[in-house]
Amino acid sequence: MRPDLSLRLKAALLLAPLLAFMLSFFVVPLVTMMKSAVSDPVATEALPRTARALSGWDRTGAPPASAQAAFADDIRALKNDEQFGDLVRRLNSAQSGFRSLLGKTRRALDGNGATDLASVDARWGETSYWVTIAEAVASPWTDKNLLAAVDLERNASGGIAAMPEGASANRLIMIRTFVTSALVTLACILIGLPYAMVAASVEGWRRQVLLGAVLLPLWTSLLVRTAAWYVVLQDNGLINATLKGLGLTAGPVPLMFNRLGVVIAMTHVLLPFMVLPIFSVLIAIPRNLMPAAASLGAHPLRAFFHVLLPLSMRGVVSGALLVFMAALGYYITPALIGGANDQMISSVIAYYATGAANWGMAGALGLVLLAMTILLYAIYMRLTVEEQRA
Amino acid sequence: MRPLPILKAVFAALVVIFLLGPLVAVLPLSLTDSVFLNYPIPGYSTRWFRELVTADSWRLSIVNSLLIGSGTTVLATLLGTLAALGLRGRRATLLVSTLRTVFLLPMVVPAVVLGVGMQLMFARYGLTNTYLGVIIAHTVVAVPFVLVNVSSALQGVDIRLEQAAASLGAAPATVLFAVTLPIALPGIISGALFAFATSLDEVVLTLFVAGPNQRTLARQMFATIRENISPAIVSAAAVFILGTIVLSLAMLAIRRQMA
Repeated sequence: MRPDLSLRLKAALLLAPLLAFMLSFFVVPLVTMMKSAVSDPVATEALPRTARALSGWDRTGAPPASAQAAFADDIRALKNDEQFGDLVRRLNSAQSGFRSLLGKTRRALDGNGATDLASVDARWGETSYWVTIAEAVASPWTDKNLLAAVDLERNASGGIAAMPEGASANRLIMIRTFVTSALVTLACILIGLPYAMVAASVEGWRRQVLLGAVLLPLWTSLLVRTAAWYVVLQDNGLINATLKGLGLTAGPVPLMFNRLGVVIAMTHVLLPFMVLPIFSVLIAIPRNLMPAAASLGAHPLRAFFHVLLPLSMRGVVSGALLVFMAALGYYITPALIGGANDQMISSVIAYYATGAANWGMAGALGLVLLAMTILLYAIYMRLTVEEQRA
Repeated sequence: MRPLPILKAVFAALVVIFLLGPLVAVLPLSLTDSVFLNYPIPGYSTRWFRELVTADSWRLSIVNSLLIGSGTTVLATLLGTLAALGLRGRRATLLVSTLRTVFLLPMVVPAVVLGVGMQLMFARYGLTNTYLGVIIAHTVVAVPFVLVNVSSALQGVDIRLEQAAASLGAAPATVLFAVTLPIALPGIISGALFAFATSLDEVVLTLFVAGPNQRTLARQMFATIRENISPAIVSAAAVFILGTIVLSLAMLAIRRQMA
């Protein structure tokens, strides 16, 4: 018992540094991102008294009288302009008009002790502004971003409804991400499956060359490969120059800044992940199976479709899952080779995070992408574990 | 010759051209003396290689990549090797397999998702726009490679050798440093090379976490392709490809040593 215990302690001590590191810098960032998708703390933190005063309000008639005084107190209590600015942005995004209304109200309240908001601005007599405030302070959590990630929103009665046509393109971008990833996966199967079969059917230096051709790009920097495709595919690049030189085309064929270029470049990057799993399945197949099928009178084509193809399917499924999973999250290749209409979900996340500083939407779309990827990875792990057991 | 083998050979040749062609085709352009990335090459010069070492933006990014890559390599190799030793020989209990999955998950999670989370979290602790922040970010994605390499190297260590050393009176630390680690060294080195290569090639996390002062070579290449493509990018790519070949040869030599 005792040596076993000390062994365990030693293992725990050895694992502790990496575990602590991964929890701090991998798990916590992911949790932070997910939290940013569903948290909406600005209004609740800035307007605590208003939140209490409005908590029992049915949001239809006039707000309770105490709400006005509470709101005035909250606005006076705001310490810095930054918090006020956050509050203005939060409320104005829910209902336009708050920017001017809050600015005017704050200036008026700073000057004197009056709390009659309606005399500051007539809009405080309208119920709609109070409804917006009541909704904003009701909870520090929100499902707005998650709904918006799939083009849904809450309507006036609180039910979930589709956003108006053209208001958001997230669903379109998700479909585009799926279609592009599916095209890349299909291209990888169409090229990778026969290639792996050829590589498994030859031996010696031929096999080394065929596998080396797959491994070398895998070891080459993604940036280098993308730059190479940029040079090859551009309007006066190698392919277009060759086509023109052969007199096949008069002007340049657009190969870049469109879907074709993205699919070509991504297929190049992801092909190894298709070839290698299929190859490893194929070399495990006993070499005498095909001759056996032939000796039993099967036509080579028939033997191929009934013996080799079904046996290689396991590799194809693993490869397809790997390629599709990796393709879903691709950012660099579409960003550099694709046009505006080829950007996938990662580009939109990056835009929300770095361009628009909208962490809620970046987090919500990130959550969707993460969930899809983890789901595919779980399926992949299940398949490979079953394979090892079998 | 029957038609099938010819068809096979033609198909295999076409795929090899697809895989290697673009990489081979751009290399000569690194020696162009024009500002355009077109064939035919009007004249040859080394001006774009000189640009890499003389232009401030490129020189700084190369220095940054070496600094950040070295930091990542040290941190990832240390953490990954310790963890591989800890996981070694453990039965696949739920706890152990969960740990292994968590450690390998950074290979799977989309970089942009991780980047958004890191930017949010790092900003809170003042780690954005610092070298330490970038090294930490790169280490998260480099550790899985170290873990996989060192784990498989440790599997090849015959436990009886360690038992023999211990039975001859060697302290556990002596067994570790005199027997286990030297035998596993090739795996540790190839893990470290993978970690360095991962850091060198990382763009997305760098975009989210690094400031202009931590701009790495890969980040600089990304910006160059995106904003104003110049032949310097191909020179940088040529340096990368040569580096890859050297690294691959080093790794092959290590594998051979291992076998």
